[in-house]
Amino acid sequence: MSRVATVAAAILPLAFLAAFFAWPVLSILVMGLAPDGGLDIAAIADAWGRPWLLDTIVFTVALGATITLGSVVAGLPVAWLFARVSFPGRTALRALTVIPFVLPTVVVASAFLALLGPRSLLADLVAGNPWLPDLRLRLTDSAAAIVLAGVFYNVSVVARLVGGLWGQLDPRTEDAARALGATPLRTFREVTWPLLRPAVVSAASIVFLFSVTSFGLVLLLGAPGQPTLEVEIWRQASVMLDIPVAAALALIQIVGVTLLLVVNARWQERLAVEQRLRPAAETARPPRTRRERALVTCIALVTILFVGLPLLALVERSLITADGYGLGSWQALTVAGPRSPLSEPAIGAVIDSLTFALATLCIAGPIGLLAALVVGYHRGWLPRSFDALVMLPLGTSAVIVGFGFLIALDRPPLDLRTSILIIPIAHSLIALPFVVRAIAPVIRSIDPRLREAAAVLGAAPHRVWREVDAPLIGRAALVGAGFAFAISLGEFGATLFIARPETLTVPVAIDRLLSRPGASSFGQAMALATVLMLLTATSMVVIERFRSTRAQGTW
Amino acid sequence: MSRPAPARSIRRVLLGGTVASIVTAALVTTTVAQSPTPVAPVAPTGEVVRLLTHGSFALSDDVLASFTTLTGATIQVLEATDAGSAVNQAILTKSNPVADVLYGVDDTFLSRALDAGIFEAYQPAAAAAIPAELQLDPTGQVTPIDYGDVCINIDLQAFAALGIDPPATLEDLTDPAYRDMLVVEDPGLSSPGLAFLLATIERFGESGDRTWLDFWADLRANGVQVESGWEAAYYGGFSGGAGEGDRPLVVSYASSPVAEVFYAEPQPTEAPTASMTDGCYRQVEFAGVLAGTQQPELARALVDFLLSEPVQEDIPLNMFVYPALPTAQLPEVFQTHTAVPAAPVTMDPARIAAGRDAWIEAWTQTVLR
Repeated sequence: MSRVATVAAAILPLAFLAAFFAWPVLSILVMGLAPDGGLDIAAIADAWGRPWLLDTIVFTVALGATITLGSVVAGLPVAWLFARVSFPGRTALRALTVIPFVLPTVVVASAFLALLGPRSLLADLVAGNPWLPDLRLRLTDSAAAIVLAGVFYNVSVVARLVGGLWGQLDPRTEDAARALGATPLRTFREVTWPLLRPAVVSAASIVFLFSVTSFGLVLLLGAPGQPTLEVEIWRQASVMLDIPVAAALALIQIVGVTLLLVVNARWQERLAVEQRLRPAAETARPPRTRRERALVTCIALVTILFVGLPLLALVERSLITADGYGLGSWQALTVAGPRSPLSEPAIGAVIDSLTFALATLCIAGPIGLLAALVVGYHRGWLPRSFDALVMLPLGTSAVIVGFGFLIALDRPPLDLRTSILIIPIAHSLIALPFVVRAIAPVIRSIDPRLREAAAVLGAAPHRVWREVDAPLIGRAALVGAGFAFAISLGEFGATLFIARPETLTVPVAIDRLLSRPGASSFGQAMALATVLMLLTATSMVVIERFRSTRAQGTW
Repeated sequence: MSRPAPARSIRRVLLGGTVASIVTAALVTTTVAQSPTPVAPVAPTGEVVRLLTHGSFALSDDVLASFTTLTGATIQVLEATDAGSAVNQAILTKSNPVADVLYGVDDTFLSRALDAGIFEAYQPAAAAAIPAELQLDPTGQVTPIDYGDVCINIDLQAFAALGIDPPATLEDLTDPAYRDMLVVEDPGLSSPGLAFLLATIERFGESGDRTWLDFWADLRANGVQVESGWEAAYYGGFSGGAGEGDRPLVVSYASSPVAEVFYAEPQPTEAPTASMTDGCYRQVEFAGVLAGTQQPELARALVDFLLSEPVQEDIPLNMFVYPALPTAQLPEVFQTHTAVPAAPVTMDPARIAAGRDAWIEAWTQTVLR
């Protein structure tokens, strides 16, 4: 990319991040830490001197690292399955693994409890057989529950982001290694892994940030009295109403995350290997040997069990009525009346959710693509800082961003505090890193000799880009688009903390149902969670379809 | 569209401003024209008054719409996740208020809100009828709108199956007969959790033979389970109703058994849960006009409206709390299925504000460390 083109591409993402991230966050930090103009050293010292702070930071980092490690280990085989093997039901399985990503934490907690809790099917089994180990899960058991749920959430992030590059690696490199006598393990270690590392590092950084800033997970599944930094920021800001302490803690979070991101960006650059990428449709093939078939079956089964069973447990709970199984909760969703906690039938919530998701896609898609072009085609500290800036919203406390919106976006031309637009904008902030991280590793891996060859053959620069880069980027962009859509469906980010105009998206409706006591409210919440699952899976299948037709069209 | 009012869904917003306002204006004109008692609108039609509240806010559509009939203005509801966030948003936007009225600040946050000076002094005339025990703001800046009692809830089936009587008093909870049976919420994170903590402080006191901390130490020895919030405690820890838990006692609301009945299909004659009448804490929710509002007249009208009989009588089945106005009629299901707390505790907001941090810290040390 020429210098002019790069600057032009960087302008829109920079403006977006400046207006909707940097400015709000700076405003709230200044309000908290320098209320009278000068820095309030005493308040900062007070916050940083709290005895529990070090424990909290260590626990936060350890938790994030464990979830990240677990997600990478669990996600790599799934990435291979999705990228390299064509088998019946692949699209369905890919769609299935994304579902956990959008589910509200409280629903995921319910799913695990329904499966493994004190009143689950497993509990009945254990109760009847005294010699079986007591595997029953309690909400407050230990960090193990958080890690389990964290991996459940993030497996699809690793599978998709790594799978995106893996699917485009030229299989002939591996075939050559195998033909020269290397074992499959050695081939992976010495050939595939080095080529794949940039995508793994990229996905791992997202999972890490996502885990350390997930506060619902820790609140709901964590041990009481053991908060993460994010939970503590939320508690100070939202419960204790102590903005200075919250801001001082947020500062630690932002500085820590920025350092991590700069190191990570440098690491990604260093690891990038330029290579001949192949269209994904060409690299996937059916399993050939019996061992391969066994491996594929095994990975697919474990994935279905790990992801599918908790989801099935939700569906089962949605079918429980006062007198046995029935469709009572489902019927209740189609009407809204005086006896329902919802003000309108659930179909309205579905339409609202889809509209926001589409809006998020339209904002985060193009902006993310532009940012990825800048980050992918250039090296050096400037693009690296730019990459860190794009990722930063993911690692910044949502309550800080939300309150920042409130005090910064309160004047024309950006008087958006109570505008409905603020919702897709907040979702886009979280979606952007996913879009960038889906595309940039692919751009970095494109072999420049392909372009040189095209140029030698007489193609003009824009034609080279269109013929060589664009098709590869296009497919990666669709992976990013899928995430942008899913993030909005799942209501991630600062929207929780803004005074939003009364809108009823599916996650908000689920939350509203679950804030009421009563068996039928619970049943309806589970039914609506099932709707959210179907909605997500269908959207993913539609996006996949778009991907495969595009791929066929361009190749 | 039954209600020409706030943006409940984006579809309506996407209709476009002009179309929407024409429709609104048309609907308003018709409703006003059909109104049996013609009221002169105090504001030109199309004006919007903004109500900042928490995520549990709900009123019937027709009741909300009747505000338009009365004043010509429509209510735009802005929802924060919880009461704390709503108060914080009002404090943060003090110089350029995000809303005209704040509703949902409770007694535990009231001091902070009053100290921050976010309210303009105003109380409706009808406030004179509100019982003195709910009038926790001597400065007259905010008006009690509703109250709810935080009480221990009991899974009746579980106790029937065990063949023992459920506990009747706070003291019973430390009896080994009720070992490993209670779930509570972390008072540092959850509003009912804090309310229950305040009930124990008021009951056992901060000094004497058995202080509130001694009581909690006994509860811990008796196997109390702590969850982060109400949803986790009620649906994850409690065995009553639809929960996934296995503990028959939970800190919830006196009205929770009503909701268990009201939302069930078909409605049972007996509630599956009951609330203990001892050891309840009375949470009071207030509304007030936010200082700096551009439309003080409408804002005051909105506070009047919240305390008017139609809204007060609509509150119980929408938010499962009690109306502050004693003359408001309670729905029948409320009268049948709630046990009236014996002597619910309230606490002076100033005392809560002064003691809260230290209490939560001491509680954390005693129960969790």
